[in-house]
Order: sequence, then structure tokens, then C-alpha cells
Amino acid sequence: MEATVTTANSEEKTWGGGNEPMGASYGKLMMWFFIVSDALTFSGFLAAYGFSRFKFIETWPLADEVFTHFPFMHGVSAPMYYVALMTFILIFSSVTMVLAVDAGHQMKKNKVVIYMFLTIIGGLIFVGSQAWEWKNFIKGEYGAIETKGGSLLQFVDKEGHRVALADFAATLPEEREQLTRNKGKWFMNESSLPSYSVAEVQAGFKAHPDLLIRTEVITKEKHKTILSREESELRLSQASYVVEGANLTRNEYGSKLFADFFFFITGFHGFHVFSGVIINIIIFFNVLIGTYEKRKSYEMVEKVGLYWHFVDLVWVFVFTVFYLV
Amino acid sequence: MSHEHVSNTGRIWKVFGILSAVTIIEVYLGILKPDFLHMNSFLSMNLLNWIFYALTIFKAYYIVWAFMHMEGEKSTLRSAVVFPVIFLILYLLFILLTEGNYIYEVFKNSTIKWNF
Repeated sequence: MEATVTTANSEEKTWGGGNEPMGASYGKLMMWFFIVSDALTFSGFLAAYGFSRFKFIETWPLADEVFTHFPFMHGVSAPMYYVALMTFILIFSSVTMVLAVDAGHQMKKNKVVIYMFLTIIGGLIFVGSQAWEWKNFIKGEYGAIETKGGSLLQFVDKEGHRVALADFAATLPEEREQLTRNKGKWFMNESSLPSYSVAEVQAGFKAHPDLLIRTEVITKEKHKTILSREESELRLSQASYVVEGANLTRNEYGSKLFADFFFFITGFHGFHVFSGVIINIIIFFNVLIGTYEKRKSYEMVEKVGLYWHFVDLVWVFVFTVFYLV
Repeated sequence: MSHEHVSNTGRIWKVFGILSAVTIIEVYLGILKPDFLHMNSFLSMNLLNWIFYALTIFKAYYIVWAFMHMEGEKSTLRSAVVFPVIFLILYLLFILLTEGNYIYEVFKNSTIKWNF
């Protein structure tokens, strides 16, 4: 027990904290230092995101055109609302966590149980929301064309509203078989083919004279550039690939790195939330069976609380960097 | 523990109120994107983004100080945790953002258009 909670507090000054350096128990101190190193890891990721974004500053996707979904509101463009909701859920679960810590200080077991339970529920809702966000991101909404040079073309109507490939692509009597492992000459296969071929998109574009192409380049007014009809036709003749949704190689939103960073950073954060929920569940059961009641200290709740708040702290930055700026 | 065991619930709810209010302001500004903030820049970043980063740091301060109870820790622990993080992050950001901008200029002004 002495290993987990130090109760003897001498007044001798060792680093100004008696026999506990810096006035914190061993476990708490180590949790703080873990948090420092984890914070630096996340900073590394976010700084790398900044690096890539600065590299392609003129063509980076605009966040409020990417994250526009809200549950049960299909087809309505609702930028930011969903992620704001997720932020609230996480902040609220942070509040219930700190209330659990507070109740632990007063040795009120039942209150700790209730608040820990609410925290776990909040965490699960958050992870679920993130999964839904990923689903929409991967599925995509409009589709786009990649040119031979690697830039991305999206389609808009005369008013500048986005148009999905499905709304105009022609159906040509052509069939291309997907290369699967059992038909390949060697250990070869390819990812599933897009719903439309490049030729079908080009034919469909020709048949709809009111369609225009939007490039990745951001104008002075901080919108994406919309080309004239002639320029659009010229650019489309260089098309090489139909992009639908997002994966680690391509995405229909713009810069290829954008999706990579989105998956990696929100995925790493989501993994932290997930492991936080697991740790919370373990501690929750420890509280239930009275481990900390016997130990006469709820410091363990405080330590997982630190981790949980850290996850919330990281989300505050991810929210700003990915969705606001 | 050495902390006095008084209940802090009042402060917790107050901080929750502050964090929620700040988030609402952020979302509101993020949706509206007022032109006078979005189109004017200061030190090559537009004012809106400055506000977003300032509010983020403001929120981070409240999460660390109130929720993680940094305000109740010894000043040595506070310094040991906060200063290395701030220093290293500023250093990292300076290096990477400067270099990112440099590569942008290379792509823009030289014949190299796309290499990685």
C-alpha cells in the first residue's frame, strides 16, 4: 500500500516537498511526466500538420467544406455543429471526472461511482461520434477527379454549389474488371474501382453545359477558384483518376496529406480516448468493490482523472487546428 | 493527500461554464467568419486565427489549472511540467512552420512543382 499512496508526510524539505518530491506522490508525479511526453508527441503531430499545411498553403482544403454532416439531417450543410457537439460531450465528461475526483477527496464512494459511470458513458459517446465522423469522411459526398499532375478537380454548378459525380456522370457501355488476387499474374490486386470511369465523367461533363470545375487553389477571398467553362474542359481532358471518399492514398477533399493527417491525428486521439475509457472502467470496478475505501485514499481516481483531462486538453487543440483554423 | 478536502464543485461548474462559453464563441466565429477578422492579418496570420489560438490557450489554461488541479500543486511541479512543454512546443513550431513556408516558396518560385 505504501507503494501506491504515500501517507507519511514529513516536513523536511526535499525539493520543497518533504519526502515526496514536488509534493506529489510517486504515481501522480509519473502520470504528470507521462502527460508531458504525450503532450510533446501530439505537438509533434500537430506541428507536422502545420508543416504540410504551410507547404501547400494555397491549396489546402477548407475545413468547413469538408465536415458538414450532422446526424439525421441528410443533405443539410451543417459545418462545425457536430464537432462542437463532440467537444461539449468531452468537456462534460471531463467535468464529471473532476466531480468524481472531488467526491473521492471526501471519501463519498457512491458519488464517485455515479460520476465515474457518467464519465465512461461520455467517453463512449465521444468515441462513437468520432467513428461516425470517420465514416462520413471515408465515404465522401461528391467525388472528384485527379489530374495527371496530381491536383484535384471538383464540380460545381453555375451558383458555385457542389455537384456530385452521381448527378451527371454518363453511363457508357464499358466494363472494366477489378483485378483481384486470384486473377493476377503475380501477387497483384487493386482497390475497388470507383463507381464511374474517367471517360464517363468526361462524357457527363460534356453533356451538362452548366457545370464548372473548381480547383484546389484558394483565392484572395479565401474561396476555392472556379474555372470558366473553356478552362474547365481543358483541365478535365487531363483527368486520370476518379476519387470517391477518402483513404490514405487519395481523398476527394484536396491535398492527399490532408486525409493522412486527419486519420492519423484524430485516430491517435481516438485511441487515447478509447484507452482512457478502458482505464476508467477498471478504476470504476475498483471503486465498486471498495479497493480505495480500504486504502483510505481515492488517489487512483485522481490519477486516471489526470489522464482523462489530458485527452480533453488534446482535443481542444485538435478541434482548433483541424476544424477552426 | 496534503490538499485540504473542501468541496470544489462550485468552481468546477463555473469552469465548465467558461469552457462552454468559449467553445460557443469559437463555433459562432468559425461559422460566421466575419470579414474584418478573416481578411485582415497580423504577423502573416489572419486575426480570426489569432483569436482561435488565443481562446484555445485560454481553454487549455482552465483545463490544466482547474480540472487537472495544477493550481493546487507545488510551484516546482508546475514549473517542471509547464515550462519544458511550452519551450519545446514553441521551438518545434518555429522550426517546422518556417521550413514548411520555405518549401512552399521553393514550389512556387522554382521549377520544382511536386516531389514529395
